[in-house]
Amino acid sequence: MSLKTEELVLNMGPQHPSTHGVLRLELLVDGEIVKNVTPHLGYLHRCFEKHTEAMQYFQVVPYTDRLDYLASMGNNFGYVLTIEKLLNLKVPERVEYIRVIVAELQRIASHLVAIGTFGIDVGAFTPFLFCFRDREIILNLLEELTGARFLYNFMAVGGLNYDLPDGWTEKVKDFAKQFRNTIKELNDLLSFNKIFIERTANVGILPADLAINYGISGPMLRASGVKYDIRKNAPYSIYDRFDFEIPVGKGLKGTVGDTWDRYFVRVLEMEQSLNIVEQAIDNIPEGDVKEAIPKKIKPPVGTVYGRVENPRGELGFFVVSDGGVNPFRVKVRPPSFCNLSVINEICKNNLVSDVVAILGSIDIVLGEVDR
Amino acid sequence: MKTLNEFFDLLKNQFGEAVIELKQDIDPYIIVSADIMDKLVEFIKVNDDFKFDFCTCVSGVDDANGTKSKDENGNDVITGGTLSVFYHFRRLFDDAKLIFRVQVPRENPKVKSIANIYRAADWHEREAYDMFGIIFENHPYLRRILMPYDWEGHPLRKDYQNPEFYQGIKISYN
Repeated sequence: MSLKTEELVLNMGPQHPSTHGVLRLELLVDGEIVKNVTPHLGYLHRCFEKHTEAMQYFQVVPYTDRLDYLASMGNNFGYVLTIEKLLNLKVPERVEYIRVIVAELQRIASHLVAIGTFGIDVGAFTPFLFCFRDREIILNLLEELTGARFLYNFMAVGGLNYDLPDGWTEKVKDFAKQFRNTIKELNDLLSFNKIFIERTANVGILPADLAINYGISGPMLRASGVKYDIRKNAPYSIYDRFDFEIPVGKGLKGTVGDTWDRYFVRVLEMEQSLNIVEQAIDNIPEGDVKEAIPKKIKPPVGTVYGRVENPRGELGFFVVSDGGVNPFRVKVRPPSFCNLSVINEICKNNLVSDVVAILGSIDIVLGEVDR
Repeated sequence: MKTLNEFFDLLKNQFGEAVIELKQDIDPYIIVSADIMDKLVEFIKVNDDFKFDFCTCVSGVDDANGTKSKDENGNDVITGGTLSVFYHFRRLFDDAKLIFRVQVPRENPKVKSIANIYRAADWHEREAYDMFGIIFENHPYLRRILMPYDWEGHPLRKDYQNPEFYQGIKISYN
């Protein structure tokens, strides 16, 4: 016997712990089955793009920190690379190496938050503490380097604002050594936990063609089985010098592109980031990190699109210059914004509790969605 | 892999006058007419020479190339001129890129929507509508996305004036 029920509109958020910020999802539910999801964004809109038009090029860098605030180094990196492309500026080797190292450390830290909070979303509290314990080490390392734990303002157009402190590389090596154990622990505790697999495998399947059509990038695209990573497919900076793998979703516990795949790709990626850090840390050349920083940035007239592989996917900056000292227009292509747009397709006909798991696996940062 | 010039010639053959110019820049782009955008995008998605499967970004730009004047309160007003939309496309297997630009009159900015061809463009077009007031025709759900739904004006236009009131509440700019 089936009972006919009326459809109900249910608001999830804006103040809801599992929306990872201020996001409102308008769910149309039939009983416990979700029929339609309408996201409402903009609660964290801070006019980043309008701000940039009133500032000089180098003044924009601290604002980029606040886009994806869990991966500030990546945002800095994306912005300065774009402006360097606009200026056709070469940066010293030492700068390139340090940039790659901090970006990869940041990727690990960011994935640790993603994994930890995802565990909380589906009811596993302990892995969160393990993740944050190790993230703390990375934050301490970056604090020693920049003086800030979150919003670093570390990179400058043409160089870096600070050089490495003494003994920093040794600390990074120690961290790399012990962090492999954490990954092992994490796998025992969460990845192959039966309850966790039951909760995530075969839930919210995102097929590859749909992912590409929606412009999904980063770990979420790779979880759907598409081997595309900007660091490998179009290497920027010095990523072509390192030996690392691009993990893709294989449907180990369910179907390719399910929530478990999206989670596990991140775990594998942390290991690869660690490989890059270990290869780079011993080869940092000597040099001056501030030598190529231009005194005044006045680029030629033109348009440029620069991009980096941020922890959440392709972070792009589209910059239009009118020849002045302020950018004429800066458009950010935030990975979370594009990744979130697919939520209706993958939440349809799932349970309400699965929406929480799916949203956690998309791993959005609202600072970047709303800008 | 074909060069951008070859891509341009192929598109010129297909669409004739509507494909206007190949503009050299740091990232060179092709200027096309606004009313063929949907057909053109459909073409580059399915045609064997193109097969651009990934829509990276759609960005609105205020060209601010009209006549600038001041109104009675001393605020900048731009009349005439154009707004632009930049489209960035990619092909995932060889990472080739293709960039288009359309220019539409500021007073009547209308572009054919590509949101039904590339779903990725959906939210980007809504953002361009929100920030610049560019109307994307045939868009499935053209509504503000980042600003409040009842906001007036389009903030990223160069002659945008900060409102004095929002819903009857005075806004402080200090």
